[in-house]
Amino acid sequence: MGREDIEKRVVAWEQGPVAKTLGRFPERRQRFETTSGIEFKRAFTPLDAPEDAYLDKVGMPGEYPFTRGVQPTMYRGRFWTMRQYAGFGTAEQTNERYKYLLDQGQTGLSVAFDLPTQIGYDSDHELAEGEVGKVGVAIDTLRDMEILFDGIPLDKVSTSMTINAPAAVLLAMYMAVAEQQGVSSDKLRGTIQNDLLKEYFARGTYILPPEPSLKVITDIMAFCKENVPQWNTISISGYHIREAGSSAVQEVAFTLADAIAYVQAAVDAGLDVDEFAGRLSFFFNCHNNLLEEVAKFRAARRLWARIMKERFGAKSPRSMMLRFHTQTAGCSLTAQQPDNNVVRVTIQALAAVLGGTQSLHTNSRDEALCLPTEDSVRIALRTQQIIAHESGVADTIDPLAGSYAVEALTDEIEARAQEYIDKIDAMGGMVRAIEAGFPQNEIADSAFAYQRAVESGDQVVVGVNQFQIEEPMPDELLRVDPAVEKFQREKTAGVKAERDAAAVAGALDALRRTAIDGGNVVPPIFAAVKTYASLGEISDVLRGVYGEYSEGG
Amino acid sequence: MSQKKIRVLIAKPGLDGHDRGAKVVARALRDAGMEVIYTGIRQTPEKIVAAAVQEDVDVVGLSCLSGAHNVLFPRVAEGLRGQGKDDVLLFGGGIIPVEDIPGLKEAGFAEIFLPGTDTNDVISFIQERVD
Repeated sequence: MGREDIEKRVVAWEQGPVAKTLGRFPERRQRFETTSGIEFKRAFTPLDAPEDAYLDKVGMPGEYPFTRGVQPTMYRGRFWTMRQYAGFGTAEQTNERYKYLLDQGQTGLSVAFDLPTQIGYDSDHELAEGEVGKVGVAIDTLRDMEILFDGIPLDKVSTSMTINAPAAVLLAMYMAVAEQQGVSSDKLRGTIQNDLLKEYFARGTYILPPEPSLKVITDIMAFCKENVPQWNTISISGYHIREAGSSAVQEVAFTLADAIAYVQAAVDAGLDVDEFAGRLSFFFNCHNNLLEEVAKFRAARRLWARIMKERFGAKSPRSMMLRFHTQTAGCSLTAQQPDNNVVRVTIQALAAVLGGTQSLHTNSRDEALCLPTEDSVRIALRTQQIIAHESGVADTIDPLAGSYAVEALTDEIEARAQEYIDKIDAMGGMVRAIEAGFPQNEIADSAFAYQRAVESGDQVVVGVNQFQIEEPMPDELLRVDPAVEKFQREKTAGVKAERDAAAVAGALDALRRTAIDGGNVVPPIFAAVKTYASLGEISDVLRGVYGEYSEGG
Repeated sequence: MSQKKIRVLIAKPGLDGHDRGAKVVARALRDAGMEVIYTGIRQTPEKIVAAAVQEDVDVVGLSCLSGAHNVLFPRVAEGLRGQGKDDVLLFGGGIIPVEDIPGLKEAGFAEIFLPGTDTNDVISFIQERVD
């Protein structure tokens, strides 16, 4: 069966049975497309995914270009890490939730910090008012971190921390808790998000301007290479780019463009690419368009492998592997008929597993309303366990490979993302592109187009613009007690009163001098947290030396 | 009938960085013919009040998804009253529990829009109240 035979058959099919059917029953729309505007053909064929490209473009799992996955056995060896992002109120409350999740079979921890912590303010700062413990746990000093991980052996769990601007401070506190437990830092496994570039255009928890942020990120990479070798020093995140409204293609493109900027900064600072690139990790979103999402993950892996090999001259296969965490799409959850969200999350989680994710967070059904209750979190975790143990999709690797549609979408997403990367290169790289407002505008355009599609009814959202019902608002919502703020402030005031003030001042001064001299700031931050210097105090030293970023200059 | 354009300030109080909704609403209002100023993220209530006064707006819309609305929203309302701007139409949006809405209305907010709101509802809400 040659290419020409297939072409002839496709034409005959279009002109014959398809034309005849269309004459009587028009299709639901003129054109079917993915969220990125890629056309879904009526039926894809081998013409869209020729077999002779297999070895070059697809290959085998665990081998370059890693389209089918980064490990040779994938989930046949071990399932993905089931890692629910959690944190609220005080360290005491969150510690309880972690123990509950570990009891329920969760295999890794993922820390959500409140906004003051993420922006480097202590709970007693005036800008922290109303925000303490709201979207995550409040951490001011090492004391809070000791409570957060109380009774959890840090050599047994891997911990992901969604922390960016003050990532070095939280990593240092984590290392200090491990030290108290008698666990050496080379045993620690986990991830800090530490991805500042996307903060400037999609997430908003920046402190320093871009250039010094890149410097601190590079310091962390260099420090971890020597001291915490199993730690993922950065989690380059498309998640928030997508939440802000981007398409799947834009998510891949802007994430990899950020990644290129980090690798370039580290190479420029004199690091050998193969010495740090294996510790880079990624974090993606997963939406409802199942085939596009699966193709997105496959395209991202192939594109990154090629970038590392061809652009940065990486030699180690590990440097070329795009390993990633996935979270299902928060923005796809509806406040209307929230139980329907369980179904959305299932589709998204399935896509992430079919796409070869290394770890997964499944959102809870009530997250368009509030922080999730324990019941909701359990259903979300059970969703992953059902996919793992009952669906069978984890038993053969990359089962959608060879699907004409998925291979064609993989090629198209890769090509369109590469176009964006070329455009960003021409602008002088991602920092310049962000300064010019390029990713911001692209994302805002996509977000607005989506809103318009929902409002015109072109995009159906079940329960929102079709299939609505009158419903009472659910009554079992998790509320963070406003008393948390007062409790946390008093706790921190107590720590500040008890600690050795001279040691704190000395440690902060040492950090200041290192920052001014251009040295690696992580060792003096590690020394400072051990004196119980607070996150806000340490962040203030860095603000003082490097300046502060604000939107619109 | 006056043809003066309705002036709207869309603002993000507090530390929350989720501004997809704020930007979408700003653009929809602009497309509906209003003059819209968007403050950007991480604004204090004081800065928002100052911007509202300086820009002489008819409407202020606040967006918050972090749960700090009960503290931050009323402060903007008080600040505006303190500047003699009692006539400014106030509305809010975000992840806001229904049980918080009566308190926010008492504080001076004419409406709180929740997830899934059609921007046309926001547009007509403003047009009906501002002439």
